[in-house]
Amino acid sequence: MKIIFKKGLLTALLLFMGIAGLYASDGAVVDTGVTAWMLTSTALVLLMIPGLAMFYGGLVRSKNVLGTIMHSYVAMGIISVLWVVAGYSMSFGNNVLGGFFGWNNDYFFLKGIDTSILEAGVPEYVFSMFQGKFAIITPALIAGAFAERVSFKAYCIFITLWSLLVYNPLCHWVWASGGFLFNLGARGAIDFAGGTVVHISAGVSGLVIAIYLGSRRGYPYRVIRPNNLVITMLGAGLLWVGWFGFNAGSSISSGLSTARALTATQIAAASGALSWIIIESLHQGKATALGFASGILAGLVAVTPAAGVVLPYGALILGVLASILCYTAIQVKNRLGYDDSLDAFGIHGVGGIVGAIFLSFLIRPSWMKEAAAASSDGTWTVWNQLGVQAAAVGIAMAFAALMTLIIIFLLDKLVKIKSSEDDEMAGLDRAYHGERGYGMLNPS
Amino acid sequence: MKLITAIIREVQLDRVREALIAAEITRITVSRVSGHGQQRIEEMYRGQRIVPDLIPKIRIEIAVNEGFVDITVDTILKSARTNGSGSVGDGKIFITPLEECIRIRTGERGGTAI
Repeated sequence: MKIIFKKGLLTALLLFMGIAGLYASDGAVVDTGVTAWMLTSTALVLLMIPGLAMFYGGLVRSKNVLGTIMHSYVAMGIISVLWVVAGYSMSFGNNVLGGFFGWNNDYFFLKGIDTSILEAGVPEYVFSMFQGKFAIITPALIAGAFAERVSFKAYCIFITLWSLLVYNPLCHWVWASGGFLFNLGARGAIDFAGGTVVHISAGVSGLVIAIYLGSRRGYPYRVIRPNNLVITMLGAGLLWVGWFGFNAGSSISSGLSTARALTATQIAAASGALSWIIIESLHQGKATALGFASGILAGLVAVTPAAGVVLPYGALILGVLASILCYTAIQVKNRLGYDDSLDAFGIHGVGGIVGAIFLSFLIRPSWMKEAAAASSDGTWTVWNQLGVQAAAVGIAMAFAALMTLIIIFLLDKLVKIKSSEDDEMAGLDRAYHGERGYGMLNPS
Repeated sequence: MKLITAIIREVQLDRVREALIAAEITRITVSRVSGHGQQRIEEMYRGQRIVPDLIPKIRIEIAVNEGFVDITVDTILKSARTNGSGSVGDGKIFITPLEECIRIRTGERGGTAI
């Protein structure tokens, strides 16, 4: 009995070591340049979360400002802990349950990576923490879809479940070396920094919940005005800065591919922002500050999956396309009347889809040559890649929508997700936190 | 003409405003004020329960013609009470005589300008 157990343990250990060996070789040494950049990127991506808190926080009414900011901040607490316990293992472990998610006992509480150095020359701790930041921001993005009307307790439970059941499996499929989308087609589905994993999944899930919960009181007939566009603008700025860590850091290197991603990021954000205020000027007659901020985000979201493969002109085109389509999506939302309060789907969902699909037409030639060489018959066309991209987007959308629906349907039976009418009128700050965001600011 | 000034709880603002709109009283001014009353509320600060000196309230000002005084007051009374039955700190209503009312755009004076 004891011997069998030991044998099993040994086999399991060998199996883990064997597969982990592909990933982390014992012979790798720390490359200080790469590690320094990855540490910086990790900090930059964390900076996006207060950035998001400010962006969303400024857009709600003054009675909900702290509650909305807390949606982002509490994600830093919950998801960080969850990531160490199970998230990293589920995302980057070896395939289990037919590849539905990953698992690796070494990653449980990160206990087995104390001396591990990845082949890229980065301590695995850094990679793990870097990826953990992505896991934090994704559920925080969803909060924009049901802002101003969600119970804090239900939100906390929701993001825990969502992270475990939606984010970790998706992340595993797209980014883990054994993931099935990572290996789809000649060189895999292209998702450089999280177009499908982060933005499409968050946007689609947000849309599902926004429709499931219904709108805020008085929407759309009563004007619901932002309490402080100044902090929204500052938040958008921080997001732009942080996005360099998000995209350029996703190269897990410090070299040519990092430089490419960084350049594409800057260009797409700028072209998105400019396109948005031009469209808005033509359509409504005025270029708004919020429009500029929305354009920045649309451009950044669209370039996220594409930053590694597009040339600068491609990034420029993606920024323009993202703004056109996101702007249209928001107009359509207003027609349809569902309450995606801060346009989590309109910007992140639509922008992510635009980026993941249209990047197929803008891939740099050298990448396509490598893909052709890697394919079975030596050819790989734009249309082949488009098929792969469309499949990845479709799978991410369907999976995120279905799982989110199941989670909220079951969770709603346990804890009421939507705020009671009294709580919604009193505001999230007072109802769930017993605090106020501002002193004597007039009610909006 | 009367000026009705109501000091109410912050949390009741939406209810009062909706009730006033339903009663077709739409011309109101709302501001955030703070003051002392009989009420003592506790707030959390760094994990300690504290009683703040000045309690934040909402002040609603409504100028009405004589015929609308009762309906306005009744509407506020009904909608500003905590849980509909009332508790200490629900606020007060003051009614003061209003000497003149002038619409800036047209220069109209008196009851028609309200």
